Amino acid sequence: MTTTPKIRLSGVHKSFGPKHVLRGVDLDVQPGESVVVIGGSGTGKSVMLKCVLGILSPDTGTVSIDGTDTTKLKGRDRIDLMERFGMLFQGAALFDSLPVWQNVAFGMMQGRRHLPKAQARELATEKLAMVGLPAEVGLLSPAELSGGMQKRVALARAIASSPEIIFFDEPTTGLDPIMGDVINDLIIKSVRELGATALSITHDMASARKIADRIAMIHEGHIIWSGLPSDIDGCGNPYVEQFVHGRAEGPIRMPVRAI
Amino acid sequence: MTFLRTIGRTFLSFLWGVGHLSLFALTAISHCVRPPFYPRLVMRHVIDIGYYSLPVVGLTTLFTGMVLALQSYSGFREFGAERAIALIVVVAVTRELAPVFAGLMVAGRIGAAIAAEVGTMRVTEQIDALTTLSTDPYKYLVVPRIVAGTIMLPCLVIVGSIIGVFGGFLVGVYKLGFNPAGYLSATWDGLEWIGVLSGVTKAAVFGFLISLMGSYHGYNSRGGAQGVGAATTHAVVSASILILCFNYFITELFFSL
Repeated sequence: MTTTPKIRLSGVHKSFGPKHVLRGVDLDVQPGESVVVIGGSGTGKSVMLKCVLGILSPDTGTVSIDGTDTTKLKGRDRIDLMERFGMLFQGAALFDSLPVWQNVAFGMMQGRRHLPKAQARELATEKLAMVGLPAEVGLLSPAELSGGMQKRVALARAIASSPEIIFFDEPTTGLDPIMGDVINDLIIKSVRELGATALSITHDMASARKIADRIAMIHEGHIIWSGLPSDIDGCGNPYVEQFVHGRAEGPIRMPVRAI
Repeated sequence: MTFLRTIGRTFLSFLWGVGHLSLFALTAISHCVRPPFYPRLVMRHVIDIGYYSLPVVGLTTLFTGMVLALQSYSGFREFGAERAIALIVVVAVTRELAPVFAGLMVAGRIGAAIAAEVGTMRVTEQIDALTTLSTDPYKYLVVPRIVAGTIMLPCLVIVGSIIGVFGGFLVGVYKLGFNPAGYLSATWDGLEWIGVLSGVTKAAVFGFLISLMGSYHGYNSRGGAQGVGAATTHAVVSASILILCFNYFITELFFSL
């Protein structure tokens, strides 16, 4: 018996003017699975993630969650769907007009959940503790935090509503290797504790190997390889091998002009 | 051919911009009447736009009223200057000067602030974050600012008009030596409800335009700090131009019949 994928992208195309960013992305993520999509800058990773989240609409193709096409969802249905998601943004995207605890509890204080302030604050403190931050941090403004602490607060916000699906956009970019590893451990722990499905995009191979159950590589707008992290080194795909080993020479050409 | 192509492209781009702005405005207005509402955010912006803009609007209208009285005196002293100056000050301030100057000052202060704040939220993905947290950015960011702007500018203009008329009174009585009771009586006689109504209507429209242009340019800003800077400039310039254009049309609507 085959299970319905938690997330399914079928033939997703997205263009911005003459620039074709996604050229038919097909990807399945099974329930409880953690899939990491790797790829170079400008290959369409972020656009793909935004299409799944509904921030961008695909030109053609479908994005299904639990077998339901979500590309046409609007209004209340879209909000209901969003309540099942958690998202960690690359730059943390914390609301600088709110203190840290309100950032963490934001999703719980809005919409149908609408938790009372005291209860929301308690929940925020609990989630901050889950990512290793003391309660006092909750009173600070996001601008007073270091990059690593901001990422941890963003992770606390992403898991605050115990979502079914969590998205991670470059979770370790801009962090030192130790803090990057701390974030990776927190991602694994949070996803496991919640029993959530995770879809991440990154170009940090150490992070991909650590948090992925399965890795997929996107290049020029479509998925060119998918497999286990343990298989990636000897996969025989020249594009994947060039990316994994970070070589300038290979089939992936960077548009660098001679000076 | 290149010249014609440039003109055509500019015209099409203008039409696209007008259409895009109209859709943005209609979406924002439709969200104003549909829940959820954020009264606390509206209050925050009411204080920002209303209370904190009061000093700048007050000073602008005070000196406008003062200089208007002083300038009018040189032309009207020959014939019943006292009544004519009080009349000119109250009519000009309530109908035109207080709404337009308050609008332009608030466009500079609040229009720029809205565009910068919303624009920064756009380029740092905070608006995308709102969406993922089941919150409609129109309702959370745009509607409270538009509601607060539309409510507070008329209040500012009423207070600004009183201060402007008081400025004329100060110059008339203490500099030009007019009788205070006579000046006040002439001011009261010159005050027309249609003038006040047109001033308040203009202020409401200007408040809407300022917050709309700030939100629109901020919401659609792209490309980091430079994009936010450009959004801020566009918000102030477009709001200022629209204020002057709408000022003419509202005047025409009230006084040409």
